[in-house]
Amino acid sequence: MTPGRVTLTRRIVFFGSLLALWELTSRSGVWPDYLFPGPLVVGQTLAEGILGGLYLQGAWVSMQRITIGYVISVVIGVVVGALIARNQLLEDTLGALVIGLQALPSVCWLPLAILWLGLNEQAIQFVVIMGSLFSIVLGVRDGIKSTPPIFVKAARNLGARGFALYSQVIVPAALPSIVAGLKQGWAFAWRSLMAAELLFFTLSLGNLLQTGRDFNDAAGVMAVMVMIVALGVAVNQLIFAPIERRIGERWGYATGPR
Amino acid sequence: MTRHLALHLRNVGKTYVSRNRTVEALTPIDLDVAQGEFVCLLGASGCGKSTLLSLIAGLEAPTIGTVIANGAPVAGPGIDRVMMFQDAALFPWLTVQDNVEFALKQAGQGKAERAATAKAWIDRVHLSGFERSAAHQLSGGMRQRVALARSLAINPAILLMDEPFGALDALTRDKLHHELESLWSSTRKTILFVTHNVREAVALGDRVLVFSPRPGRIIGEFHIDLPRPRALEDVSVVKKTAEVMDVLRGALEAAPEELAGAFI
Repeated sequence: MTPGRVTLTRRIVFFGSLLALWELTSRSGVWPDYLFPGPLVVGQTLAEGILGGLYLQGAWVSMQRITIGYVISVVIGVVVGALIARNQLLEDTLGALVIGLQALPSVCWLPLAILWLGLNEQAIQFVVIMGSLFSIVLGVRDGIKSTPPIFVKAARNLGARGFALYSQVIVPAALPSIVAGLKQGWAFAWRSLMAAELLFFTLSLGNLLQTGRDFNDAAGVMAVMVMIVALGVAVNQLIFAPIERRIGERWGYATGPR
Repeated sequence: MTRHLALHLRNVGKTYVSRNRTVEALTPIDLDVAQGEFVCLLGASGCGKSTLLSLIAGLEAPTIGTVIANGAPVAGPGIDRVMMFQDAALFPWLTVQDNVEFALKQAGQGKAERAATAKAWIDRVHLSGFERSAAHQLSGGMRQRVALARSLAINPAILLMDEPFGALDALTRDKLHHELESLWSSTRKTILFVTHNVREAVALGDRVLVFSPRPGRIIGEFHIDLPRPRALEDVSVVKKTAEVMDVLRGALEAAPEELAGAFI
């Protein structure tokens, strides 16, 4: 068997067993089944939610929000990260601020966001941006700062100056680390969004979780959780994984046996 | 007279100052290199020979003295002096072809023109067929060939080579010696070649300068007028090597005091 098929087989066996265990536990009656529904019930709720349109509508709202917030974070984060990396004054000041703020879970911004902006889209965007911005800044900064000096030497030596040196050498050299920062930023944005949406009344994935709680509908909560995981994995597989694979192939690492 | 000199160094030295100590990497030296000359700089690690190349390349500024290269004082990096490193330092995000085109692109050459120049150099270093390869797909020797093509494509007058073959196996190194020698005799570049391998220096150089350990200074100069092409195993090369070795050994024995003197 090829390594890929071994992995696939292992996963099928592992997740199959996990689902079976979950179903059996649910049916054993240890906990009441309205609190601990099995995968069959959750699957059915999920199917109904999707076919009924409610979950897709919620997912659409959430994806729109995260796209807007994330794109803003990326634009600001790349610029600020690049500036911090190349300027010691900014590194000493703004860099320290970014590291400090990164220690603050983004949902902590929510009360302020609501006070400042109201219970609206802007407040959610604010929390999403605060959640993802700093890891993007740091990823870009670290990538640029850890550009192997030999590449810069070789490039200057071959006549690269100023903007060309930056755009043709430093940024490409930093790309693996920049992409890692962007990916982490997306994961944080997703978390922040879900946390923020829990408190909002408009339809969204986070809001559907809250609704499930309000109606004592554990199967609904679990079904929405499955949606959230599925969307998170999908974005990773469809956007970040191909970019990382391409970089890995070109740069010559993380692509299995050479 | 300096008109025919590729390099003219008077009293050029480098001292690194860090927070708690001062390290003299290169004791001020005088050095003249004629156009088209192949000079090997020989010495143990940390003797300042790489520093000297950096000063000539303009990647670092000397603490004192001026480097005059091709008739003009060095104020920074310039494509009349291109440096090669022990690590080929190919850009991993570019193909072989794009690596070789890099300097031409910086110089503003048109797409078709630089592609043709690069292709010709890739052929000359025997890498036809690898134009689309990534650096990591090549062996160490092939990577240095690409680096050689990349450096020569911009047509520098002076090629600065910092132990470029140091990490290669003996056979590959041998082959690259021959190729370098033949490229040098067909292009008549001025070459400064740093190595700690005595026989390599003797086999390649018109002149071998022996450096003392830190602080680096020139303690011996040998003119190698053996006929070319030379092979590492030629008797004459071996004999000359022994001669140079004696000087070098003397310098290495003097090392402890020299090192102690490095920390002012």
